[in-house]
Formats: sequence, C-alpha cells, structure tokens
Amino acid sequence: MPSIATPDADTPSDVVALFLFLGVAAVLALFATGLTDDAAFRFHGYILMAASVLALSAMTIGVAHGRFRSDPKRYEDGVIRAGVIATMFWGVIGMTVGVFIAAQLSWPDIFYFPEHGWLNFGRLRPLHTSGVIFAFGGNALICTSFWVVQRTCKARLAGGIWPWFVFWGYQLFIVLAATGYVSGITQSREYAEPEWYVDIWLTIVWVAYLFVFLGTIWKRKEPHIYVANWFYLAFIVTVALLHLVNNAAVPVGLLEARSYSAFGGVQDALVQWWYGHNAVGFFLTAGFLAMMYYFVPKRVERPVYSYRLSIVHFWSLIFIYIWAGPHHLHYTALPQWAQTLGMTFSIMLWMPSWGGMINGLMTLSGAWDKLRTDPVVRMMVVAIAFYGMSTFEGPLMSIRTVNALSHYTDWTIGHVHSGALGWVGFISFGAIYCMVPWLWKKDRLYSNALVEWHFWIATTGIVLYITAMWVSGIMEGLMWREYTPDGFLANSFIETVSAKHIQNVIRTVGGLMFLSGTLIMSYNLWRTIRMPSARSSANVPATTIEPQLLPAE
Amino acid sequence: MSEPERDDHSGVETTGHEWDGIRELDNPLPRWWLWVFYGSIVVAVVYWILMPAWPGLKGYTPGVLRQSDRADVAEQLQALQVQRGRGETMLATASLQQIEADPDLQAHALSVGQSVFGDNCATCHGAGGGGARGYPNLRDDVWLWGGSLEEIEHTLRVGVRSAHPETRTSQMPAFGRDGMLNAAQVSDLTEYVVRLSGRPADAAAVGRAQQLYADNCAACHTPTGVGDRLLGAPDLTDREWLYGSDRNSIRGQIHNGRNGVMPTWEGRFSPGVIKALAVYVHVNAGGGEASGAAAAAP
Repeated sequence: MPSIATPDADTPSDVVALFLFLGVAAVLALFATGLTDDAAFRFHGYILMAASVLALSAMTIGVAHGRFRSDPKRYEDGVIRAGVIATMFWGVIGMTVGVFIAAQLSWPDIFYFPEHGWLNFGRLRPLHTSGVIFAFGGNALICTSFWVVQRTCKARLAGGIWPWFVFWGYQLFIVLAATGYVSGITQSREYAEPEWYVDIWLTIVWVAYLFVFLGTIWKRKEPHIYVANWFYLAFIVTVALLHLVNNAAVPVGLLEARSYSAFGGVQDALVQWWYGHNAVGFFLTAGFLAMMYYFVPKRVERPVYSYRLSIVHFWSLIFIYIWAGPHHLHYTALPQWAQTLGMTFSIMLWMPSWGGMINGLMTLSGAWDKLRTDPVVRMMVVAIAFYGMSTFEGPLMSIRTVNALSHYTDWTIGHVHSGALGWVGFISFGAIYCMVPWLWKKDRLYSNALVEWHFWIATTGIVLYITAMWVSGIMEGLMWREYTPDGFLANSFIETVSAKHIQNVIRTVGGLMFLSGTLIMSYNLWRTIRMPSARSSANVPATTIEPQLLPAE
Repeated sequence: MSEPERDDHSGVETTGHEWDGIRELDNPLPRWWLWVFYGSIVVAVVYWILMPAWPGLKGYTPGVLRQSDRADVAEQLQALQVQRGRGETMLATASLQQIEADPDLQAHALSVGQSVFGDNCATCHGAGGGGARGYPNLRDDVWLWGGSLEEIEHTLRVGVRSAHPETRTSQMPAFGRDGMLNAAQVSDLTEYVVRLSGRPADAAAVGRAQQLYADNCAACHTPTGVGDRLLGAPDLTDREWLYGSDRNSIRGQIHNGRNGVMPTWEGRFSPGVIKALAVYVHVNAGGGEASGAAAAAP
C-alpha cells in the first residue's frame, strides 16, 4: 500500500493549485446561482457550477490513480490533440451558423422564425462571428502554439496540468458566450459581445495561457526564440490588453448579467474599434502568421526566406497596427484628425503586412514543385496569397474617399471573408493537416485526394463569396449615394436590399461550399486518426525531448 | 567562430540557428519592399501636412489645405437646399389639386413622394404602400381618417396619436383587459362584428350582443357599424381589417384595444414635400377620394 508520506505519492503542486481554484469557482457559482433574480445569469451559474464540479471529480479520480504527473522528458501532446478536435468541432458549428444566416439574408421569408426568437439573425450573427473567430480560430491558435512552442524550445509545456485548464477553460468561455448570445445576453460590442462575468473568466484563462506560454519559453533549451514564438507572444499579450481595456464596464449588480461600458459616446466607439481592429491585427494576423512561420518551412523543408525581414516586419507590424483602428469610424462623430491618423497608419501598414507574405511565399523557393504534389502546401500558399490580397485591400479601404463608398456595404463583408476564409481558414487547415498525422503517429493522411477535393471546393467557394460581395457592396454603395435631379435619394434602403438578392444567394452557395470542404476535412482527419499507427517512420516526430546539443557558437 | 552555414539551393548564408529542423536564411530586405514602405511613410507625412492630423494640448494641426468635414457637409447641405428649392417653391405655392392636375407638377411630386415614402413610410406601410397587420393599407379605398388630398396631407402633418399638439387621435378601449366586459360578452360582440361585415355568425350570440353593441360601440362606430372618420373609428361593415378579420383577431382587438401610432411629419419635412407625399399616396391609391367627400359625411 503506498504511503502518502513518500515524495513519489505527493500530488504535484500545480494540480493542488488548480483543485483549489476550481473549488473557489464552484462555490462562487453556487452563490451566484442561489442568490440571483436574473434567470439568464442563473443559467450561466449552473453551467459554471457543473463545469467546476465535473472538473473537480475528474481531478479527484485522476489524482487517486496517480495521474497528472508530467514527465519533463516528454512533450505534452494530449492537450494539442484535444485542441485539434475542438478546432474542427467549433469550425463546423461556426461555419454552419454562417451558412444559415447567409440563407436568412437570401430568403428572409423561409428562414424567419418569429416564435423562436433565438434563431433570428441578430442572435445568430454573433454566434457565427465568435464561433469562427474565437472558437475555431482561437482553438487553432492555442493548439498550434502549444505544438510550436514545445518543438522550437525543446521543452515540455510549463505549468503541469494548467495547459489543460487553458484548454477546458477556453471551451467553457465559448459555451458561456454562445449560450449567452442566443438567450439575449450581449454588451453589444462587436467581437466582444460576452458580458462582464464571461470577460472575467476569459481573463483568467488568458493569463494562465500567457504563463504557460512564457514559462515554456523561459525553460527553453534553444539559445534563441524562434520567430513564430514572437508572433504568438505578441498575439497573447496584445489580446489580453485589448480585452481588458475594451471590456472595462460597470456591472448593474454582482448578481446581474447586464453591465454598462466605462466609456461613453465617441470615446466608447473609438475604444471599441481600437479593440476590433486590433483583434483582426493581433488575433487574426499576428497569431496566424506565427502558424505560417512554423508550418510552411516545416512542410516544404526549406529555410525561412529572410531573418532580417521577419524582424523588421514583425516590429513595424506591431507598432503600426495598434494605431489603425479609427479607420472604422470615418465620417462619423470621431474628430477628423483621428480619422486622418487611422487612415495614414493603415496605409503605412501595407508593407509591414506584406513582409509576412514575402517571407512565407519566398520560403518555397527551391520547393515550388510541392505546389503540384502536395495539396497541403498548396492550401497554405493560397492562404498566404489571400493574406496578401486582403492586407492590400484593407489599406485601400481605409482611404477616406474609398471608405465613403465601401463603408457599411457588403464590400466590407467580402474583405473580412477573404481574410477569414482564405487566410485564417486555409492556414489553419494546412497546419492541422500537418499536425494530425504527427499527433496520432501516422506516417500520412488518410487521403490526399480528399485534401484535393477540400482545397478546390473551398477555394471556389471563397472566390464565389468574395466576388459576390464586391459586386453587391459596390452596387449598394453606389445606390445609397445616388440622388434624383430634384435632390432626393433615388433608392430607398429596401430597394438596395432587394437589388442584391442574387449576390446574397451566391454568397450562401460560396459559404456552403466552404463548409462542405471543412466537412470533407473532418472526415479525412477522422479516418486518419483511425488508421493503424506507424511503427517508426521518419514522418512521425519524436514525442520525447532529445538531449540538448551545445550551441554552435 | 566557425564558417557560416550556407543553404545548398540558393547559396545564401543562414543565421546559423536551427529550431526543430527549421533554419533561416540571411537574405536582405527586398529593395522594392523597403522603398514602397518608405513611400507609404512619405504619403502619410504629406497627408499629415495637408490635412487635420496631430492633436496637441489645444486643438490639432489643421493642415495647410484647411479642409474640414464639417464645413464640407454644411456646404453640401446648402447646395442640396438650393437644388431642392425650385421644386419646393413650385409645390408650396400650388394647391394640392393643381399639383395633381398639372402633368409636370404631378410628375415632380410623384418623384419626390416616391423617394421620401421609400425611406420614411415604407418601413410600416410596406414598400408598395400595401400595409401590414396594424399598419393601414394605403392602396385601397378604405380610409380611417379620410382619403381626400386635404385629409391625407392633414394626417401626414399632424400624425395619429403623435406628439403633435393637433394630432389626430381616437381610442379603442381595451374592453376585456380593463374589465369593462367579460369574456362571454367579448365573444358575443365578436360574433356581432363578424355579422356586421356580412359573414355568417352565431345568431344567438348576435342577438345577445345587440344591446352590448349599442351601449359600448355604437357611439364611435355608429349604430350601423359604418364607422366615423371624424373620430377615426373604422368601418366594421367592409372587408378591410387593420388587425385581422378572423374571429380570434377581432376578439383580441376588442379585448386589448390596440391603438397604433403614426408620427407627425411637420417640421421633419418641408410643406412642399408633405404635399408631394400626399399627392403620391393619393395617386397610388388609385386617385383616392375627391375633396370634400369627408366633409360631406354627416
């Protein structure tokens, strides 16, 4: 019988810490649930309580069986496997909701459910945006960052069990946010809809993520920090800052879901778009550039094109991006000088963004033939191409005279989706296609032909989507500004809506094709995971950390 | 220090580090990239010199062009007023009948009316003016407050149950909700109203409701049920219904007595535009009613 006095049987301190934290969370949730009069808040209290109790039970059983002891000689890959599954799961859900709301815009008579308020466009739209950005994109970023930081630092993830807290805590955030949206809990800030208590939960998770990531870099066995990790770190730190400032709010009460923003009027709008723009910059750009900087050179087995370019474009991107937010508020109550700064910094942002594209594409020099033979490489290269296109389109649309036409139109939607579907989607798919055989110890994917199908269907879908939105966006922009010779508006708003019916239908078809590609991918990955494991293959990376060689200097 | 490592394919030196098999080449910054970057900075600096740009402790740098969005908007609004001015004078000085009779004036009024209707009225009355539940149909010949040019213009000006001091107003009581009638009485009255509109109804209920109608409804809707436009009381004998024609809808309206609101447009639109809208609605309704029809009613 093992004695509790032996050091071997001691429960690791990280596990104890998480145990205590979850206990506190469960008690707070119990109080919140019991004392509140707010039905939606109580519902969320139940969810938090159930999650804490489940986690506590799982940990109790695990500790009793002597689990949760991390071996510093082995990489922590389990949490990455979970992350890959979560990425695909939320990706399918988020994209399905996207197709559904695209159909609502195309056929408002058919997809209108007056007796089911939660199915209306206003509730589902944030479910789609948060679903694809934070649930799909966020999980992709977290799981790839865990892979990349371990492999490029030759160190196991720091924090013992805490990476698992980051994973499950983030899923809980997604569930709280999503159930909140459909039940009408929102602070009405785009891409920051969750209310104050969900924001606090995300802050805790995010700080844990930062510590896990930093801790891993801290104990690295490489002399230098790889460029991908700079980008991941910039993403984690800046998103924390953005999240804290933009969500500064005063709750109506500690037992109420509602809160009021700490800012008012145009300041509130500016803070929101400082956040919104940099969510694009640091979540959807910096984070996914990190992904590119690891998986592209890894897959094509070529060196990164230019170290100097990576330094210069990293720092110029970080410095300039943070200023560009006001371009979302052209011709509004925002003072004109602030609009000028937003626009000019967006123009200066063009080349720093393209530095990443050049470094990604030029890394293929000497391996361009892989475009023909490896659909995963093709997917990542097309991702970089879409990245280049949308980071040119962005500065263009930030020019005030262009924005006067494009703002509030479908052109913006098209722009966002060329970045989201083309860049974020494809680079994540590429990374996951790389990682799944590595993580599940297979020497290849189940089917390259299915990757080809995924690639072509999804690419066609994106092209349909963004061209339809360009046409409808420019058309409605022109219709809005058209005057009759007598000086009255030539078109009523509803006429501009019905004029773009066919483009809306094409957009729905494009989105459906993109979703179909994701479903094909999910099937392919599932079959890959179920294949017999490769015994030993050069294609399967080590799970143990090799002894460190001395630095070359 | 050892000999720098070179990449076999390009012959370029690497930085000498390797992470999980990934190395980095020591290529210089692409020249074109650097020059376009510098160029974009120059563009930004030139723009700052020309336009309002940097904030200071007091105000901001106004730019050598002294361009201002506020001034531009004021100028554009002024220009718009001038552009609209000629038509406005024509509409404001002519009578409603003259506008409708004169082909040029009518065409102008219809064009203005269509534009203004589309962005202000269509939200409730529908793009074609066909109405919706709770929002009157403007294309038929049934009018709550009168369908002559003058009556339509008046409704547009003062609104219905609006904030205007002379607003048209009427009140359908919530007979059921406010406890004036019980559920059985509301049901009987429902049968009575169904019968008024010429449809088959439960004769016993209609009989029971005779007195109820006389006591509660006839004052506004008149004893025969044809309604009274001076009071805004709808005609119950026709086939047009604001809140639905089936028994449930009628019962609901007697129980809850909903009273819709139409805003006042006086002050929001110039008198000429209101005239144009009146003509637009009148023409769209197939000519509406001749003037004086409402005044001739008892």
